[in-house]
Amino acid sequence: MIRLRHKLRKENFALDVDVEVPDTGITGIFGESGSGKTTLLRCIAGLEQGDGLPVHKRNVGYVFQEPGLFPHLSVRGNIEYGARRARTHRVESVPVVEMLGIGNLLDRKPDSLSGGEAQRVAIAAALLRSPDLVLMDEPLASLDRKRKDELLPYFDRLHDELSVPVVYVSHDIEEISRLCDHLVLLEGGKVAASGNLFDVVSRVDMPVLSGRNAGVVLWATPMDHEDGLTRFDFGDGNIWVPGTFEKRGNPLRLRIAASDVSIARDRPTSSTILNILRATIDEVHAVNTATALVRLGVGNQSLLAQVTNRSVSRLELRPGDQVFAQIKSVTVRH
Amino acid sequence: MNIFGPMWLSIQLAFFTTAILLVIGTPIAWWLSQTRARLKPAVQAIVAMPIVLPPTVLGFYLLILLGPDGAIGSWWVQLTGSALTFSFTGLVVASCIYSLPFAVQPMQNAFESLPRKYLERAWTLGASRLDAFFTIAAPLSLRGFISGIVLSFAHTLGEFGVVLMVGGNIPGETRVISIAIYDHVESLNYAAAHRMSLLLVGFAFVVLVTMFVLNRRWGER
Repeated sequence: MIRLRHKLRKENFALDVDVEVPDTGITGIFGESGSGKTTLLRCIAGLEQGDGLPVHKRNVGYVFQEPGLFPHLSVRGNIEYGARRARTHRVESVPVVEMLGIGNLLDRKPDSLSGGEAQRVAIAAALLRSPDLVLMDEPLASLDRKRKDELLPYFDRLHDELSVPVVYVSHDIEEISRLCDHLVLLEGGKVAASGNLFDVVSRVDMPVLSGRNAGVVLWATPMDHEDGLTRFDFGDGNIWVPGTFEKRGNPLRLRIAASDVSIARDRPTSSTILNILRATIDEVHAVNTATALVRLGVGNQSLLAQVTNRSVSRLELRPGDQVFAQIKSVTVRH
Repeated sequence: MNIFGPMWLSIQLAFFTTAILLVIGTPIAWWLSQTRARLKPAVQAIVAMPIVLPPTVLGFYLLILLGPDGAIGSWWVQLTGSALTFSFTGLVVASCIYSLPFAVQPMQNAFESLPRKYLERAWTLGASRLDAFFTIAAPLSLRGFISGIVLSFAHTLGEFGVVLMVGGNIPGETRVISIAIYDHVESLNYAAAHRMSLLLVGFAFVVLVTMFVLNRRWGER
């Protein structure tokens, strides 16, 4: 485990964090803007004034929102900058360059790169410093949707192939759900929740995880194809998802947003919704005067449903009740 | 009458002054560009003072300061046995103060326009502050360095009032080109004054054109 312990007072903001995160995999830091995500990363890196060790002695890699490549150096010069100053050389240059697909860019100048290419070079530079910890501050936020989709697969590879722990800041819950293993929620400069991603996102009592941000992540394995759909099996249930996903036997991540799940007392017999699962109500939590989040148990997995308080009282939904969950749509990590 | 003697002396003076200013002006410019200290406006004002003060005022105080009884001058006499005033070394010291803003301000402007993200990235990639200055800040501020070098060189070359006050008119020691021209005009030797003036005009033109060409080339990078 890595202990992150940072205190900082600014004019109208105070950061007070003391949390342990795993020393493997990707830890997401999620919170609304102004919750102190970036400030926390800057504290870890030593870029904020006031705590001890100078930045260059901390051995952390930092990927900023803007790539910020050095314009007077070639791509090669940029990725070697950190490597030349590294104390150890645990990370090899060739596999990183290959993994990030920048081998053909090495002799180019930064100003000739696209935003996505530049960010990949910046990531390579940070990794080749052989850091003990990589910090990423919304590395996709400065890119448009198309570039983001181009870059995401590289992050998947990073996640699968990298042994260095990563702390990944984002305000996009889909990015977090796709990439992270562990999740820390920040609220007003304080840790609101911390734990395994799957557990934290299925909580109903976190204001920052309501509305569009509410939704669960589950592991499911593509098992069958039919009518252009793929059947994903998980625990005791299965879900049909449009599209053909390769049956490689390994589970994929699915994200199911709470707004895409509705609840029925009786099994609907004539509905366009394909996925209707038998579920048990675990918890009902009123988010505000109008809406509530309901956590449903489906086998050993959880689903979240966002419903109105009026529906909760009309259907008399209470913990322990047997209901049917209707799932309208699912996002799959390819 | 040798026109190249005073010219050569001026070039030597400008060269030493510029070299020294590069060494002491760079840290001052860097500090001014990075600091948020309350002292900053005061330091900036002191650095900029030679721009607004008449050279005679500056020269007068320097004469007192550098003279054998002055704070710096007496220390220099103890150290070396010779006086700073009316000597080439004294001229270099005076010129460094006189031309300080012309070296510091362009460098400070260049440093200030350097995006902070480059420095922060360099630090996180393992570069110390000094390392990051030499490998990132300095190469990205080349225009500022070139402007600072050319301006302090040219400004020292054209110096008159301060030299007259501190250095006087000793051939081979303090008789720089501007003094020599003044001398020739005083003695109504217009032909010699013309030759020297034209030399200086031509030289200034060539230097400035070179600077603008270099600046454009660096700017296009």
